Amino acid sequence: MPFTLNVNGKTTTVDVPGDMPLLWVLRDVMNLKGTKFGCGIGQCGACTVHVRGRAQRACQTPVSAAAGAAITTIEGLSPDGSHPLQQAWQELDVPQCGYCQAGQIMTAAALLSTKPRPTDADINTAMTGNLCRCGTYTRIREAVHRAASLGTNRSTSTAQGAGAE
Amino acid sequence: MTKNLITRRSFMQVSAAAGGGMLIALHLDPAELLAQGPPGGPAVRYDAMAFVKIAPDGLVTITSKNPEIGQGIKNMLPMIIADELDVDWSSVKVVQADVDQSKYGAQVAGGSTATPTNWDPMRQVGSAIRQMVLAAAADKWSVPVTELTTSSGRVMHASSKRSVGYGELATAAAAKPVPTLSMVPLKDPKDYKIIGKPMRGVDTAAITTGKPVFSIDFTVPGMLWAVYQKSPVFGAKVASSNLDQIKTMPGVKHAFVVEGTTNLQGLMPGVAIVADSWYQANQARKALKVVWAEHPTSAQTSESYQLKADSLGKGAYATKLRTDGDVEKAFAAPGAKVVEGAYMYPFIPHAPLEPQNCVASWQNGKLELWAPSQTPAAGLAICAQTLGIQQSDITMHLMKTGGGFGRRLTNDYVVESAWISKQINAPVKLLWTREDDMGHDMFRPAGFHYLKGAVDSSGKLTAWRNHFVTFGEGERYAPSANIAGIQFPALFVENFDFGDSKIPLGVPTGALRAPGSHAFSFVFQSFIDELAHAAGKDPVQFRLDLLANKVYQAPERGGDGFDAARMAAVVKMIAEKSGWGTKKLPQGTGMGIAFQYSHRGYFAEVAEVSVDSNKRIKVNKVWVGGDIGSQIINPMHAENLVQGGVIEGISHMMQEITVKGGQVEQSNFHQVPILRMAQAPPVIEVHWIKSNNSPTGLGEPSLPPILPAVANAIFAASGTRVRSLPLSKHGFRWA
Repeated sequence: MPFTLNVNGKTTTVDVPGDMPLLWVLRDVMNLKGTKFGCGIGQCGACTVHVRGRAQRACQTPVSAAAGAAITTIEGLSPDGSHPLQQAWQELDVPQCGYCQAGQIMTAAALLSTKPRPTDADINTAMTGNLCRCGTYTRIREAVHRAASLGTNRSTSTAQGAGAE
Repeated sequence: MTKNLITRRSFMQVSAAAGGGMLIALHLDPAELLAQGPPGGPAVRYDAMAFVKIAPDGLVTITSKNPEIGQGIKNMLPMIIADELDVDWSSVKVVQADVDQSKYGAQVAGGSTATPTNWDPMRQVGSAIRQMVLAAAADKWSVPVTELTTSSGRVMHASSKRSVGYGELATAAAAKPVPTLSMVPLKDPKDYKIIGKPMRGVDTAAITTGKPVFSIDFTVPGMLWAVYQKSPVFGAKVASSNLDQIKTMPGVKHAFVVEGTTNLQGLMPGVAIVADSWYQANQARKALKVVWAEHPTSAQTSESYQLKADSLGKGAYATKLRTDGDVEKAFAAPGAKVVEGAYMYPFIPHAPLEPQNCVASWQNGKLELWAPSQTPAAGLAICAQTLGIQQSDITMHLMKTGGGFGRRLTNDYVVESAWISKQINAPVKLLWTREDDMGHDMFRPAGFHYLKGAVDSSGKLTAWRNHFVTFGEGERYAPSANIAGIQFPALFVENFDFGDSKIPLGVPTGALRAPGSHAFSFVFQSFIDELAHAAGKDPVQFRLDLLANKVYQAPERGGDGFDAARMAAVVKMIAEKSGWGTKKLPQGTGMGIAFQYSHRGYFAEVAEVSVDSNKRIKVNKVWVGGDIGSQIINPMHAENLVQGGVIEGISHMMQEITVKGGQVEQSNFHQVPILRMAQAPPVIEVHWIKSNNSPTGLGEPSLPPILPAVANAIFAASGTRVRSLPLSKHGFRWA
């Protein structure tokens, strides 16, 4: 049956079964391959997307539950890869195989939206649902901190610019 | 200067490339079989070949020939070429080679072999091309080549203040005679501009923005989707199934039985379901009912292996592997302290995060494959053999993979997709579920070691006996269940006695990252720790004494190349970096050390571990020392790989695959835990010794010593000696 989805700011109608996981709608119906399949049972976090601004496992989200909600995938996190997390991930060269990293970044983005300067403990708690089989956790944690400081600097510089006018 | 690990004859072929550029190819004769390739697998020949293309606009395209599985080879091999070519890394574009070993030489990701086998040839390729560009510039300006220098992709003539870009010389350079590779000058390492400098991954930007760079993302027009249901009992055939019902389900185009083969690493029997979408194929599978034929493996259980091993371990070896001196005499010597320990480690999976997948397209008797394989040549061979076609009728493209760890050394999923495509005569993508992966891995084989050792009254190790019970039949080991007769402390203890016995196995096994050594290290470095404590010696000092006590020389053939002085230097360095023996640690916290020579790398690791009264374990910090030769080619990725090896090793300690009724009992990550961020050591320091040796590989050697380092730290912290894994078996869990 038809569902209207709002993905990365664009509205699309898909004709799929209501219990089809959002993961497969994104990947194979909408051709947004950045969201990854890892376990299918919500254990690995590779399929993390934002639904209504919150990190959610797309493999555990029936499309019917996501219809009408604002959905953001890694492809829509920033128009040009310039989100502070993407910058930090690139600067610190976080990935090894890279397969989990889109999910890691999406979870971290949800964290930073509520806690712009997270502690190590905040990061550990927020990221615990995202497995990295290659074991890049040290760099992931470092990159979240780095992104937090990039994000702050960005808003600081905007404030200074405004002040100069 | 540095010792070369590999010598070989070689020659180059050069041709003008389309568009006026230069195409250069290096051919190398098969040189040698490296001692530590994936054990149990087919012997691997190490040829090598590289392509460099210089476009008229100066853009240098370097083809990376090997599979990229997260080890960073797609940076490393091109970096080596680019440095000797003397171009800026920013001017280089890296492309992935398709599979063609006649053109590129060996294309394999396994055994940490890419660095030692390619270090010389890749440098020579870069240098040879530079010589040809120089010769073209000398012609152009009618000056002696000796007056020319290069920098950043330009040739300079200082006295006339002229310079020209490589791109302008490329076509003329391609017509120049090819220097003999062994004769080309190589840079003094102090002049390296790329080698040894931190370089970000060539795919990092694409990965972090969600570009479809992985094998699972790849599609071809008109492609269908497949799932493949195999018997939970390994190798059982289909007796009957409800295919007629499956064929009526939404989107299903084909459903059929595959007779399969008896090769546990090849095409196993099963049922294929092909649909318009993977979701539909997998939904249909949920309604699939198969009656599987009886199979003898159904009698096998993990408990039966353990009982059999305990029984065999008490008896005589089936196969003697090495004997030095007389262990019995040493055990009975006055003042000898004798220690016995039965060690065991279970089956564990690889579980790369990207589930197995492959696109196959059978059309007009030809097969095209897009495969995330670590051993593409073996993939071609098994597809040709199983489908009854010629390898020349197969084209294979290498896909970037979401993790390898040795799982993709076998090509079972490749031949499955090829078979299905041939059956339906259409392009198809096979995608496994995680449950498929967990139930049908090529598992790291379990192993059982029955050890007895002795130290004399001075605290010196005098005797070491090991009865290793492993899997196989007769002289044949199950894949990756083998062991070499020379395993440290062989050669370093006067009385040494070592043999094995084998249990027949119906479970598929294979090489997991640092095969052999990651398991043996847990056993031997833990038992060495037991002996150190029995001797009343500091575990670091006991190891250094042992490393200084070389009693026997390695044989001419069959030695492993182990250099005890390199190992001792790393042990000393990391003991110092970790503050070994100088710290007052709180109650319930301890430090453990271990070392391992693995895949030509020398690693020693110290773990600081806390164990609380509820047996919750926290690895507080890890110090890693490594010697992989004179260069850390890409330090940015090297540190990441080492930290990953440590975290993977700690993961291994809580994992177990159990077999019951000939099938695996675990199905997904909720039953086979991968270490999570909060459980991982918050700090993993990495320290290098850059020794005067040719560089060796880094995919594997950082992993093995962390298991015994943590186990030894658990003993130091809690007094509990862990002789078997997983840790959960003893009531331990991660804090």
